[in-house]
Amino acid sequence: MEQQHDVILSVKDLNVKFSLRGKVLHAIRGISLDINRGESFAIVGESGSGKSVFVKNFIGLLDRNGWVDSGEILYNGMDLAKFKTDKDWLQIRGKEIAMVMQDPMTSLNPLKTIGAQIGEALKLHQNLVGTAAYNECVQILNDVGIPEPERRYKQYPHEFSGGMRQRVVIAIAMACNPKILICDEPTTALDVTIQAQILNLIKDLKNKYNLTTIYITHDLGVVANVADRIAVMYAGDIVEVGKCNDVFYDPQHPYTWALLSSLPQLGIKGEDLYSIEGTPPNLFNVIKGDAFAPRNPNALKVDFLHRPPYFEVSPTHKAKTWLLDERAPKVEPPPHIAALREAHKEVRQ
Amino acid sequence: MNYDEVNEVLVSVRDMHVVFGKGRNKFEAIKGVSFDIYKGETFGLVGESGSGKTTIGRAIIRINPMSGGEVIYKGDKINGKISRALDKKVTQEIQMIFQDPMASLNERAKVDYIVSEGLINVEKHLSSEERETKVAKALLEVGLLPEFATRFPHEFSGGQRQRIGIARSLIMQPQFIIADEPISALDVSIRAQVLNLMNKLKKERGLTYLFIAHDLSVMRFISDRIAVIHKGVIVELAECEKLFAHPLHPYTKALLSAVPLADPEYEKHKVLLTYDPSAHDYSVDKPYWHEIEKGHFVYGNEPELEGYRQELSASKPEEADEPRRKQESCENGEK
Repeated sequence: MEQQHDVILSVKDLNVKFSLRGKVLHAIRGISLDINRGESFAIVGESGSGKSVFVKNFIGLLDRNGWVDSGEILYNGMDLAKFKTDKDWLQIRGKEIAMVMQDPMTSLNPLKTIGAQIGEALKLHQNLVGTAAYNECVQILNDVGIPEPERRYKQYPHEFSGGMRQRVVIAIAMACNPKILICDEPTTALDVTIQAQILNLIKDLKNKYNLTTIYITHDLGVVANVADRIAVMYAGDIVEVGKCNDVFYDPQHPYTWALLSSLPQLGIKGEDLYSIEGTPPNLFNVIKGDAFAPRNPNALKVDFLHRPPYFEVSPTHKAKTWLLDERAPKVEPPPHIAALREAHKEVRQ
Repeated sequence: MNYDEVNEVLVSVRDMHVVFGKGRNKFEAIKGVSFDIYKGETFGLVGESGSGKTTIGRAIIRINPMSGGEVIYKGDKINGKISRALDKKVTQEIQMIFQDPMASLNERAKVDYIVSEGLINVEKHLSSEERETKVAKALLEVGLLPEFATRFPHEFSGGQRQRIGIARSLIMQPQFIIADEPISALDVSIRAQVLNLMNKLKKERGLTYLFIAHDLSVMRFISDRIAVIHKGVIVELAECEKLFAHPLHPYTKALLSAVPLADPEYEKHKVLLTYDPSAHDYSVDKPYWHEIEKGHFVYGNEPELEGYRQELSASKPEEADEPRRKQESCENGEK
């Protein structure tokens, strides 16, 4: 099982800061992460946890007031963290790493036909014009499951439904044959039935073109459907990372526990749902110790003083919590989590 | 809730029609919907965007005028022209919680005013001290501090803002609250707080909710009965667990199969059903709204209903104990 993975993208101790109203916001606080070729990786977190900011670094879409303070992003021997100008980014953006944005209503140009918008990407990246571009375009539309591509080619975004528009956005991203496809909340704006179709489409494309996909989402149901590996983000840091089954059936970090137990699907009717008290920390302030400690009902003393390093649970699973230190007292996870762990013992082995 | 006893009907919707626009632009958003909401229950309304679920809620509280049918509240018809006294009573007793707490609060008013605005209209005799104590009480009840009354909405987080929205409806001493997607704009960790708060208030004050949402796992947790709406027509209505265990209408089945659950093993084996509205042949037999077994309504024509009946009787024997957890819904998804 454990073969050496082929790392496609490697992030080393990345720190990103924003300057906002004269104050400095520390949005990404030292993330190190390897993403393997051909895997489907999901980043989960609440809004404000920095998951979008983190991946925007991969294609140079950070807002003007943000900058990479320190750290490296290695892709194909290049350090993306050192890229400054748009000219640098053009060799990566779209061609190597493409992104599907959250809201298909706003990410298309309402004044251009679908064909023109896909053609634009084809011209820029593959130098295709005229009939060649048209043929390629129809081919791509077919690929993303849009019926009657010849007719649809000439239509404008307003003639498409939400799900079809998201397919067009995916078509534009796929037009440049990227190696990595980043999907930023690809289905949040869509209905459940359409959501399932779009997720299946992305999965099919991934297998067909051997893509590496990175999903960003706050919906744990979507994550369970698509991901091979999961990273849980909290306050600008990845607190737990592991295989899908590791994180869902044997979570280690108290934040992951809390997140999973607060899902309504695990609740029992008439009883209170497990809820996380308080709100996420303010990233304008310097965070001391474990960022989740103030909301953690059984936080240890050390959680408030020192920031935990990664502790390995298994070769594929690690978490940043002092609970995994050998000196830590035994803290039992909430009953839901313990039950999950017990129920899925065999699946994990 | 126990539905075996006789229940008191609080709100009754009879053949509701809502039409937007005129002439060529006419759009029939609600095409004849009927249901009862019992006192003390949480009635869930699920459907995709554009299905008309919000329109039903807004029509009951009289934001959207109805073009046909009637709404009966405690035995009185409340849509159309009604007497002044009844209008005042309805304004006070039916309240709404809106979807997006970032958009539904007046940015330029202080919390004190936002929460007490309703009182200004209904209880004119109140002195300002009395009003302040009422505001403080309402804020405490939703888990906020009375000193927050002097702050502006932008100083609060999403969860706190939704609590302000709830306090605003509670101060009117309502009996019936329409909650239109109250948690879909909130973060996962905050959702549980708001759901718990709503359940607590329901128990303490004997409130009745009409809970509108698109997320079925939330619905399953909070609702006593669920109605599934598709393109302006309620296609199925049943008690929550019955609906999850024995969905009959093909649209309900498709919807249930599409819900993502945070369980990788379940997701790996799930079979996605798609709903094809053209599968219904309504050219000869007209469909109607029928109670197929006690408390379980479904929309269909005679041949379809016959099929549903057979499906129900086939599944009956194995129903030994009350199915409730996701394992069962997992099996349903595979059927």
